[in-house]
Amino acid sequence: MTAAHPLDQGDVRWFRVGSRGLLQSGPMSIWSEATQSRAKEILAKYPEKRSAVMPLLYLAMAEDGWLTEEGMAEVAEWVGITPAQVQSVASFYTMYKRERTGKYLVSLCTSISCMLLGSDDVLHAIEDESGVPHGETDEEGLISVEHAECIGACGGAVACQVNYELIEGITPEKGRELIRWLKKARPEAVNTDEMQELFGGQRSFDWALPSDVGAAGPYPAFEPYGTATEDTK
Amino acid sequence: MSYPKVLTKRMEDHPTDSHTMERYEATGGYVQAKAALDMTRDELVDMVKESGLLGRGGAAFSTGLKWSFLAPARPAYLVINGDESEPGTFKDRQLLERDPHQMLEGVIITAIANEVHHAFVYIRGEYPKPARRLQKAVDEAYAKGYFGEGIFGSDYDLELTVHLGGGAYICGEETALINSLEGQRGEPRLKPPYFPAAKGLYMMPTIVNNVETMANIPHILDMGVDAYKALGHGDDTGTFMTSLSGHVNKPGNYELPHGITWRELIYDVGGGIPNGRELKMWIPGGASAPWFNPDDHLDLPITKGDTGQAGSMLGSGAVVVMDDTTCVVKAAERVVRFFSHESCGQCTPCREGTTWLEMILRRIEAGQGRPIDADLLLDISDNISVGLAWPPRQTTICPLGPSAVSPITSIMRHFRDEVMAHITEGACPFAKTEVHA
Repeated sequence: MTAAHPLDQGDVRWFRVGSRGLLQSGPMSIWSEATQSRAKEILAKYPEKRSAVMPLLYLAMAEDGWLTEEGMAEVAEWVGITPAQVQSVASFYTMYKRERTGKYLVSLCTSISCMLLGSDDVLHAIEDESGVPHGETDEEGLISVEHAECIGACGGAVACQVNYELIEGITPEKGRELIRWLKKARPEAVNTDEMQELFGGQRSFDWALPSDVGAAGPYPAFEPYGTATEDTK
Repeated sequence: MSYPKVLTKRMEDHPTDSHTMERYEATGGYVQAKAALDMTRDELVDMVKESGLLGRGGAAFSTGLKWSFLAPARPAYLVINGDESEPGTFKDRQLLERDPHQMLEGVIITAIANEVHHAFVYIRGEYPKPARRLQKAVDEAYAKGYFGEGIFGSDYDLELTVHLGGGAYICGEETALINSLEGQRGEPRLKPPYFPAAKGLYMMPTIVNNVETMANIPHILDMGVDAYKALGHGDDTGTFMTSLSGHVNKPGNYELPHGITWRELIYDVGGGIPNGRELKMWIPGGASAPWFNPDDHLDLPITKGDTGQAGSMLGSGAVVVMDDTTCVVKAAERVVRFFSHESCGQCTPCREGTTWLEMILRRIEAGQGRPIDADLLLDISDNISVGLAWPPRQTTICPLGPSAVSPITSIMRHFRDEVMAHITEGACPFAKTEVHA
């Protein structure tokens, strides 16, 4: 019986000559089977592989909770560019969090329309209640707070998002309640309709039927990217 | 007062299920997409050209003309711009959430008119719910055979990919959006040579159209060019979506006919200013637009021409209303901060200029402004947009830099005394913008 040739190993992605001249090999992917098949589906939706960088970065965030160096290197492997190129893309966009980010990312809009209706007071209330200033994360890794530029909910100012799930018409007091609820209830995933019901007020428009998925981390919940959690209740 | 509804009719008549395939088809949906397969490309392009439809993303360029510029090389691509991020704007969000099939039918017709077999919808990353609703609609349409191989039983193939952005306003600029969709940093490209119609996505001819623009297309085919034009006012055909926010009693999205006045919009449609306060100023077309004031502009009709002549634009349709408790310095700081944050950093006048404008406004608001600061603001603005003219001149690749100048010229022209009061008194006269209950 002959040993299998290293190149025949189906689950090996890379080979390199190590420091002692030995052949080293690496695994196919650091991602779970489910994430890998999701990545394949995403790649199939674009005429050129590189276009899948942004969706795959969200996939990487869902895998690790935020965007790690390893996650970016993995995305680079999938689309056939260098990790540096992936970092150059990721660093351009505010939603790719390359530092440890809480399970709940609370983004409060402080752009013009929300500012006019008192968003700065809501931000201070949220920062105060959570003990987390803008751009930072608490020690436990539960809550991150940021003030965001316009999130397109100006008719329902002041607007807030938790993991990009929207709450319209939030007030300083409701902002405090939201933080207390996140700390206490610690929902597996947050859902826009549930939070609107609990902490919201005036809306930009009637939302019609509720959404049945939630966001389990600081990235947008979108089924094709594998970032949405079904049935949050 | 009620105005004729076109784009928002279905969601108004059927508030609980206007976003479903079932409701869309029961109310005449996808009939025009099917019909478009039997029309020639020229017929479709001419029809849209004659309808006078102007792009609803902000630039107000003729949609039909844009289509007619598409270079002959193939494959060509269609990219729908749903990266709605201009402060004050939330109309596309409603169109996507409440009536996604309407827009998808427009996409199918546009694809047929431009020989496109792969379309993309680029939705801003902060809009996961609209993206989910749209994806559901796309899945429904695929299942029915309205997308995929041989749509509507014809031999025409059409694929559609929904793509989420990463939270960068600049990706609403069409060449930046194309870069982003290619998996690059969302930096605008130089035009020329990178006109999307010739060298767009993957360097192939590409049409980039806004969500609301797409939603209009099925209606033009349905009601015909003449009826569509009759909805409008002169050169401004059809209806338009406006997002009303700030200090008004009834904020929200409204579908309106062109030609009504700002007074009607703010006082009749928007229900006036809360708490019996006075109107001080308003932004007529998104954060990039120079501001209007009640003395000069309240009775001006809302048309592209009138607004342009008065030195502003209808832009993305976002109207932000500010009452007399609003500090102009703080308001300008918020708008400028946005552009400073969203500058991609390629061009020095924009990258450095917006940063300095923000810092100077901030120190004036904090009561630490120097007497020279008022003129310094104008001087920096002049370096970003030479002569402070309207329409603005650019020293940059894209119009983001000059957009940051709009609030500066607005406050310096109409409220210079208030800016100076911050400096001479060493404090903001408003102390703090009043919060409305």
